[in-house]
Amino acid sequence: MQGLDAQSLKFVSDEIVQAVDAAENLDELEAVRVNALGKKGRISLLMRALGGMDADARKAAGQALNIVKDQVAAALESKQSALAQAALNEKLATEAIDVSLPSRPNSEARLHPLSRTIEEVLAIFAEMGFQVAEGPDIESDYYNFTALNIPPEHPARQEHDTFYLPANADGQRKVLRTHTSPVQIRTMEASEPPIRIIVPGRTYRSDHDATHSPMFHQCEGLVIGNGIHMGHLKGCLIDFCRAFFGVDDLPVRFRPSYFPFTEPSAEVDIGCTRDGGGLKIGAGDDWLEILGSGMVNPRVLANCGYDPEKYQGFAFGMGIERIAMLKYGIPDLRTFYDSDLRWMRHYGFLPFDAPSIHAGLVGGAG
Amino acid sequence: MKFTRDWLFDHLQTDRSLDEILEALPMLGLEVESVVDRAEVLAPFTIAEVLSATQHPNADKLRVCMVSTGTGEPVQVVCGAPNARAGMKGVFAPVEAFVPGIELTLKAGEIRGEVSNGMLCSEREMQLSDEHDGIIELPADAPVGQPFAPYAGLDDPIIEIAITPNRADCLGVRGVARDLAAAGYGKLKPLDTAPHQGTFDSPVRWQLDLGGQDHLCPSITGIAFDNVTNPASPEWMARRLTAVGQRPISALVDITNYVMIDLGRPLHAYDIDKINGDTLYVRLAKQGETFAALNEKIYDLSSDMLVIGDADGTDDLAGVMGGERTGVRAETTRMFLEIAIFDPISVATTGRQLNLHSDARYRFERGLDATAPQTMAGHIARLVTSICGGQASHAVEAGSGVDWQRQIDLTPDKLTQLTGIELPADRQQHILEQLGFIVETTATGWRVTPPSWRGDIDGAADLVEEIARIHGFDHLPVMALPRTQEVPQPAVNAAQLRPLQLRRALVECGLMEAVTFSFLAPKEADLFGGGAAALTLVNPISADLSVMRPSALPNLLQTAGRNQDRGEVDCAMFEVGPVFLGDQPTDQRTACAGIRHGHTAPREWHGQRRRVDVFDAKSDAEMALGVLGVRKASLQVDKSAPNYFHPGRSGVLTQGRTKLASFGELHPNIASHFGLRGPIVGFELFLDDVPLAKAKGPARSLLKMSAFQPVSRDFAFVLDADVAASDLLRAVKSAAGPLLSDIQLFDVYQGKGIEDGKKSLAVTITLTPQKATLTEQEIEKISAAVVALAKKNCGAILRG
Repeated sequence: MQGLDAQSLKFVSDEIVQAVDAAENLDELEAVRVNALGKKGRISLLMRALGGMDADARKAAGQALNIVKDQVAAALESKQSALAQAALNEKLATEAIDVSLPSRPNSEARLHPLSRTIEEVLAIFAEMGFQVAEGPDIESDYYNFTALNIPPEHPARQEHDTFYLPANADGQRKVLRTHTSPVQIRTMEASEPPIRIIVPGRTYRSDHDATHSPMFHQCEGLVIGNGIHMGHLKGCLIDFCRAFFGVDDLPVRFRPSYFPFTEPSAEVDIGCTRDGGGLKIGAGDDWLEILGSGMVNPRVLANCGYDPEKYQGFAFGMGIERIAMLKYGIPDLRTFYDSDLRWMRHYGFLPFDAPSIHAGLVGGAG
Repeated sequence: MKFTRDWLFDHLQTDRSLDEILEALPMLGLEVESVVDRAEVLAPFTIAEVLSATQHPNADKLRVCMVSTGTGEPVQVVCGAPNARAGMKGVFAPVEAFVPGIELTLKAGEIRGEVSNGMLCSEREMQLSDEHDGIIELPADAPVGQPFAPYAGLDDPIIEIAITPNRADCLGVRGVARDLAAAGYGKLKPLDTAPHQGTFDSPVRWQLDLGGQDHLCPSITGIAFDNVTNPASPEWMARRLTAVGQRPISALVDITNYVMIDLGRPLHAYDIDKINGDTLYVRLAKQGETFAALNEKIYDLSSDMLVIGDADGTDDLAGVMGGERTGVRAETTRMFLEIAIFDPISVATTGRQLNLHSDARYRFERGLDATAPQTMAGHIARLVTSICGGQASHAVEAGSGVDWQRQIDLTPDKLTQLTGIELPADRQQHILEQLGFIVETTATGWRVTPPSWRGDIDGAADLVEEIARIHGFDHLPVMALPRTQEVPQPAVNAAQLRPLQLRRALVECGLMEAVTFSFLAPKEADLFGGGAAALTLVNPISADLSVMRPSALPNLLQTAGRNQDRGEVDCAMFEVGPVFLGDQPTDQRTACAGIRHGHTAPREWHGQRRRVDVFDAKSDAEMALGVLGVRKASLQVDKSAPNYFHPGRSGVLTQGRTKLASFGELHPNIASHFGLRGPIVGFELFLDDVPLAKAKGPARSLLKMSAFQPVSRDFAFVLDADVAASDLLRAVKSAAGPLLSDIQLFDVYQGKGIEDGKKSLAVTITLTPQKATLTEQEIEKISAAVVALAKKNCGAILRG
C-alpha cells in the first residue's frame, strides 16, 4: 500500500492523470476511472486507509487526498467531454449533405395587377374620406343612360358600344353597364348628401382590338356636398395622380370636354415624355389622358331627387387597366384577361405586399 | 373633323402661328388628333420630266426611264407604271426620300439588272389619294426641279380635331374659328349673310305630309338653279376637299360637301329634270319601300323613317343620305338645293336602323344651326352661281319653324360657385357675347339667349362651362378636398373587405389570381347550369363571349387549357368575381372559384410532387370559408355537388342546411370538353351565401390554458367501406367528451388483412384535463366509451 505522504499522493495523482490523457476513447477512459475512483480504485482504497489513522493525521491526509480526488475527477470530466465532442465531430462528418441541392419549391402564386391597382386607388381615396360603393354589372337602360342625362338616340350613346340583353315583355332591355357611373345614381337615390364614394368595378363595351377589351375595369368617384366646386375636383385629382404614380411634381392638366352627366366637364391629362418608344410619367413635353371628370350635371342631381340649387359636387371616372399599364409598364391590354402563367408570374404581386398610405403605394416586383 | 390651316384662316383673322393655335385648341375642348404638314412630308419630292422610257430588257411590265430632275445629269429610274412615257412630267422621289404611301426609304439599287435611282410616284405613294393606276401626270408647263408640294398646293397643313357630341357647331370650320376668336386668338371674319335674292319662281315646291308630326321637319328651304354647268370644281375647292378626305366629284356635289365642312351645314342637291312632278313630299316612308341611296346600296325602309320624295318614290333619306335616282350628275343643268332642319332623333334612329353612316347624319343628329335654312340660303346660292353660273329662283320654304330660342338666367357669381374661378362680370359677359350669346341685364343678373347654333346649351351650368373654358381651365383654383375626419373611416365595409382578404389568402395557398371575362360560350354556360335566354347577349362580340357566366369555373378551366397548350400543365388558379343567376341586380353573386390542374409541384427531387386530388379542392374551399369566418369544425359535407363534378369524388360543404361551397374532381366529360390532360379539381362558393359574422369588437375571448399533461390514445377501427369517415369522427368526438382537445384521422387502409368491403380507419385523440392529471382508469373509461359509440353508430370494431 502506498503511503499518504505528499510525495506519494503526487505520484498517484500524476500517474492517473497520465492514464486519463492516454485514454483514446470513452471505454478506455471508463477503465481509467474505475481504476482510480471505482470501489476498488486506487483513490478509493487510499480513502479507506484513512480509517486506521489517528484523528489529526487523518484530517491532514484526508484533505490532501480530497485534493487529489478532485484533480483526478476534473481530468476525467475534461477528457470525457473532449472525447464526446470528438466522437460527435466524427459522426457529423459522416452526415454531410450536398447543400448545393435545390431547396423545396416556393409558391409562385401572385395577385393580379388589377386587384393590386384597385387597392392602391382605394388606399388613396380612403385617405381623402371616400367610401367604396358598388352596383350590378347588368343594368337597366335607365341607370346606365337616361338617369345620367343620356336620352335614347343621344349621339353619346353611340360612343358607348353597348352590349344588350334581350328585351323583356315590356320591351325593356337590360344592358351590361358601359361605365361605373350608374352607381352614382344608385348611391344618390339611396342616401342623402354629403356623399364621397369610390366605385371600382367591371364595365363592358362591344369593342375588341389592341386597345379595347369587351370587358374592362373602371373606377368612379362622386363627391356631393355644399360648396364643392371644380377647384376641389382639381385638387382632389391632382392629389390622386401624384400619389398614385408616386411623382411629387407630376404635371396635371384639366382640359374642357363633354360628358352628358357632368357640366362643366374636363378631361385630365398627366405629363409624360416619350422617347424612342419608351414612356415616362412625369414632367415632360407631352400629355397623357387618364381621367374624365366634371361637376355633376344639375339634371342628374334632379333625376336623383336632389335640389341642384342646394347641392353640387363632382364626379370622375378612370380606366383601371390604363393606369395600371402606365404605372407598371404593362404594354398590352388584352394580356390582363389571358391568365397566362408567365404573365402572371411577371406582372403579379406578392399577397402580403398590401398597398397602404403608411407602407407606400408602389408594388415591388415579385 | 378635318380642315386645313388656310381654310381656318378664311374665317379667322389672326397673327397667331399654327403652333399657337394647335396649343389653344385642346384647351378649348377641341382635341387635336393629328396635324399633317404634307409640304414637310413631301419635301424631297420634286417635279421632273421623263426624257425617255424604254422597255426593260428583263421584265415585260417595267420601263427604264431617264428622268430630268432639273439639276445635274438625268437619273435612271425603273418604273412599273403603264403611263410612264417620254415627254411627260411627273413627281420624282430621289434616293434617301421616305415615301409615305409605301412606308419605305428609297435606296439606290437595281431592278432586274437595271440601275434605278429613285421613283416616279403615284398619288397613293404620296398618300394624296388611293389612286394607283399610274404615276402622276403634271401639266406640260410644270416647272421641272421645283418642289412638288407647294406647286400642287399641298403646303397647307391638315388638322384633325375630335369633336365631342355637344359641339355640333364645331363640325364646321367656322365654328372652330369662332371659338378661337372668343379665346383671343384672332377675329372672326364676317360671313356674307345677305338674304337670298331669287329671279324666278321655283318649278319645285315642298309639301309636308307628316300626319301631325310636324316636328320631324320644322324648317326646309329649297332653291332652284337654272342653266348651271357642272364641271370639275375649281382647284382651290378640290384641293381642300381632297385634303380633308373628300373625293372631288363635280362642282355641284363638291359645293354641298364644301358647305358641310365649311359651315357645318349639310345640303342635298336634286336634278330637277329627274324629279317627277313639281312637288317634293316630306313624308314618312311606306313600310317595305326600297330606296337606292347615293352609295349605290338599296335600303328597305320602314314607316317611321322620314324621307323626301317625288311622285315616283323616295329621293332623299332625310338627313342621312340622298337618292341615286334624282341626284345631280355631270350633265345636270337644273338643280334644286335642299337646306333643311330635321328632327335629330329621327335622323339618328333611321341611320341606326339601317346601319347607314354619313357625314350628314353625323351633323344632323348632333343638331344644326336652327336658322340656316333662312340665314345661309343667300350665301350658299351665291356660292353655287359663282362657280356653276346660271340663275337662282326665289326660295321655297315649308315647316312650322324651329323652336330654338331659350332664355337662361345667370348671375355672375354662378361661375365662382361652380368652378371656384373669380372673373369680373364684364369679362364673363364679353366671353358669352364673343360666342354669339345675347346677354341682357336683369334686376338679378343676366338673361342669356344662346345662339341658334348652340342647341346644346340648356342651363346655367352650360353657360358657366362656356365662360370657364374660354377663360381657361388653367385658372381653376387647386383646392384640397376638405377633410371629413382627421383619421378617415375605412373605405370598405365588412362585406367589401372579404374579397380583398380572400384574394390574399388564396394566393398564400399557392393559387394564382386570374381575372377572366364575365361572359362565355353558350355550350359552356349550359354545362355549368346557365345559358338562359335572358342572360344571352343580343350583340355579342363573338359567340364565345355571348352568355353571362353562371360560374367562374368554366373560364378557369379554359385558362388551364390555354396554359396547357403553352406547355404548362400544372396550374393552380382562382378568381373572385361576379356570376349571374338572372338579369336582376339581386341575381348577381360574387363567386370565389379555384382550380388545380396536374401536379402539386414541379418535378423536383424532394418528392413533393403528386397529382392533385379532391382533397386539395376541399382544403382550398375550407380555407376560403375560413377567411369568411366559417370554422372548419362547424362544417359538414354531403354528396350533392353539381353534376359538372365527378359524382363519386365531390361534395358540398354545409353548415346546418346551408350549402356553402362545392368541391371535387371535375367530371371527366368536363375535363375532356376543355381538353385537360391532367387530373383536375376545383371548388366554388358564393360570398353572398356565407353570412357576415356578427360584429363583436376587436377583443378576443379569454384563453384558458391547462396546466396538466395532455394524453393521446390511438384507435384503429375496422368498419364497412361505405360508412363515411366523418360519421366515425363524429362518434369518436362525441364519446370523448369535453376533455377532447384534438382529433386526427391518421390512417385509411383497405387491402391485405382487411376483409373485402371493409376499411380500416385509425384515429388519434388528445385529451387535455382541466382540473387534475388524468388517471389510467379515467383514460380507460373514455377509451371504452369511444370504442362503444364507434361500434354503436358506425359498426366499427376496434382492430385487434
